[in-house]
Amino acid sequence: MATVTARTLPWYSPPRVARAMRQARRYPLVPLTMLTFLLVIPAVLATQVAPHDPLKGALAKRLKPPVWQQGGTIEHPLGTDKVGRDILSRIIHGARVSLVVSLVAIFVGGILGTTLGLMSGYFGGWVDSVLMRLVDISLSLPTILLALVLVAAVGPSFGTVIGVLVVLLWARYARLVRGETLSIKERDFIARARVAGASHTRIMVKYIFPNVVNSLIVLATLQVGYVILLESALSFLGAGLPRPTPAWGLMIADGRELIVTAWWVSMFPGLAIMLTVLALNLLGDWLRDHFDPKLRHV
Amino acid sequence: MQRFIARRALHSLLAIWVMSLIVFSLVRVTGNPLDMMLPLEATPEDYERISKHWGLDQPLHTQYVIFLSKAVRGDFGNSWKWPGHSAMGLVWQRLPATLELAGVALGISILIALPIGILSAVWKGSGWDTAAKVIALLGQSLPAFWLGIVLMWIFAVTLGWFPTSGRGGIEYIILPAITLGWFQVAAIMRLVRSSMLDVLDSEFVKLTRIKGLAEWKVIWKHCLRNAAIAPLTFFAIIAGVLMTGAVVTESVFSWPGTGLLVVDAVRARDFQVVQAVVIVFAGIFILTNLLVDILYAYLDPRIRY
Repeated sequence: MATVTARTLPWYSPPRVARAMRQARRYPLVPLTMLTFLLVIPAVLATQVAPHDPLKGALAKRLKPPVWQQGGTIEHPLGTDKVGRDILSRIIHGARVSLVVSLVAIFVGGILGTTLGLMSGYFGGWVDSVLMRLVDISLSLPTILLALVLVAAVGPSFGTVIGVLVVLLWARYARLVRGETLSIKERDFIARARVAGASHTRIMVKYIFPNVVNSLIVLATLQVGYVILLESALSFLGAGLPRPTPAWGLMIADGRELIVTAWWVSMFPGLAIMLTVLALNLLGDWLRDHFDPKLRHV
Repeated sequence: MQRFIARRALHSLLAIWVMSLIVFSLVRVTGNPLDMMLPLEATPEDYERISKHWGLDQPLHTQYVIFLSKAVRGDFGNSWKWPGHSAMGLVWQRLPATLELAGVALGISILIALPIGILSAVWKGSGWDTAAKVIALLGQSLPAFWLGIVLMWIFAVTLGWFPTSGRGGIEYIILPAITLGWFQVAAIMRLVRSSMLDVLDSEFVKLTRIKGLAEWKVIWKHCLRNAAIAPLTFFAIIAGVLMTGAVVTESVFSWPGTGLLVVDAVRARDFQVVQAVVIVFAGIFILTNLLVDILYAYLDPRIRY
């Protein structure tokens, strides 16, 4: 009878572990795990996961330090802000705000940019000249200032922030899609579709668009982190989401003047932004290397 | 070459014009422009005076002509928050502080990025290379305004090495300059690394090695000079980015430059000042872009639009 040693146990076999490790390395596990816990779970289940109401505070419990400092309680693990709101709960709800803002802005900007890029590349001529001039101009405008003017004119709100971000984002998609469309439209299958009687709209939507989707997804992923940074900077300047929205940038702005007495108010939301954007950048780089290496210089 | 410069200059003018159009229409399309231009405590006389100054009783296209002709002469009206100052005067008064901050930030970022970029290209795959990758990744992921607050907390509040905010001697500029320059470190470093790698791989560098030249001479004399072209032109872009990035950094450290001016003006709804800053900054930003393109075309004859 064979003795049972660690070596004979199937799950111990080193080659198998090595193979599993190799397979794991084929996927971006670290950024995916980080994103799941930092962004996806908090954003989707904010109300279930957060221990407290992010908007309601108790003045009696204002500026409580995090749990490991003297005076901190487990009730507020990351402490409270100057009106006694739980910082952990606000960060969790802030994930939802960041995710919704960036996804909506990228979706709208992406659709606008893709449509204009398809038209620009497919039709060429004066449509192309006008649209590409617009792209050049919009890429050469100073980002933060444009946002400040827009917000100064119409006031801070969810809609304004999305509007600002869309104005800033669409041009990159338009330029990318136009470039790809230029080469795709010369291929044989487009000419055949034309001969078969497909309309221009049908060719753009059914034949060209599917061929640029890969690049679009990579660009969109690379931009989520950028958009989160931009949105938080705008909120920090008072030109983003209005108070008392639990936006990460606003929380850092609240903590700025408390830096001497209560470092935790601005420190934790900043860490949340940094780790989230870091994970998104890692994921974006991985996607680019695997699906669309030609985007290296975008 | 002249035709190329003329065309690029025309595009830049077009971009500045679009920016003026955006500023103009934002004020006038979104409700009563007087409400936008005047603070809440304005008197009826103020309303009438401003209305006359900008010809707000005229049709829209006449108004635009008035706005443009005044803007070209640098007249954006008078400030509300800072009485007795013209909007443009305030911008000129604050601009030196911003230029100083941007200059020091650029210096610091080059000082950090250049050596690391070179070393990570020369010893590809070494510890320097890994360090460069980590710095680049962090540079892209750290929100600048938060980095500023962290630096302030560690070096000004806890250690007491630097003052927390304001402008004065050399000790005041260190933290804001690091905050502003940090993001650029990653960009410059990656650019230096990739252009160094290109040059290191070229035929003439192999020849210098075959000739038996000392390694430091190969790198210093032959590689670096040729690899410097791309980063050099990039500095002009960075200068533009630094100017607008100053908006965030200045408001963190209360650095009295144009960036802080525009943020204060937005909060006080001092639209005359906002207009002036935005047009001046857009002008600087777009002009540096123009300069880069011309420099690029001059250094690399293959580039033509």
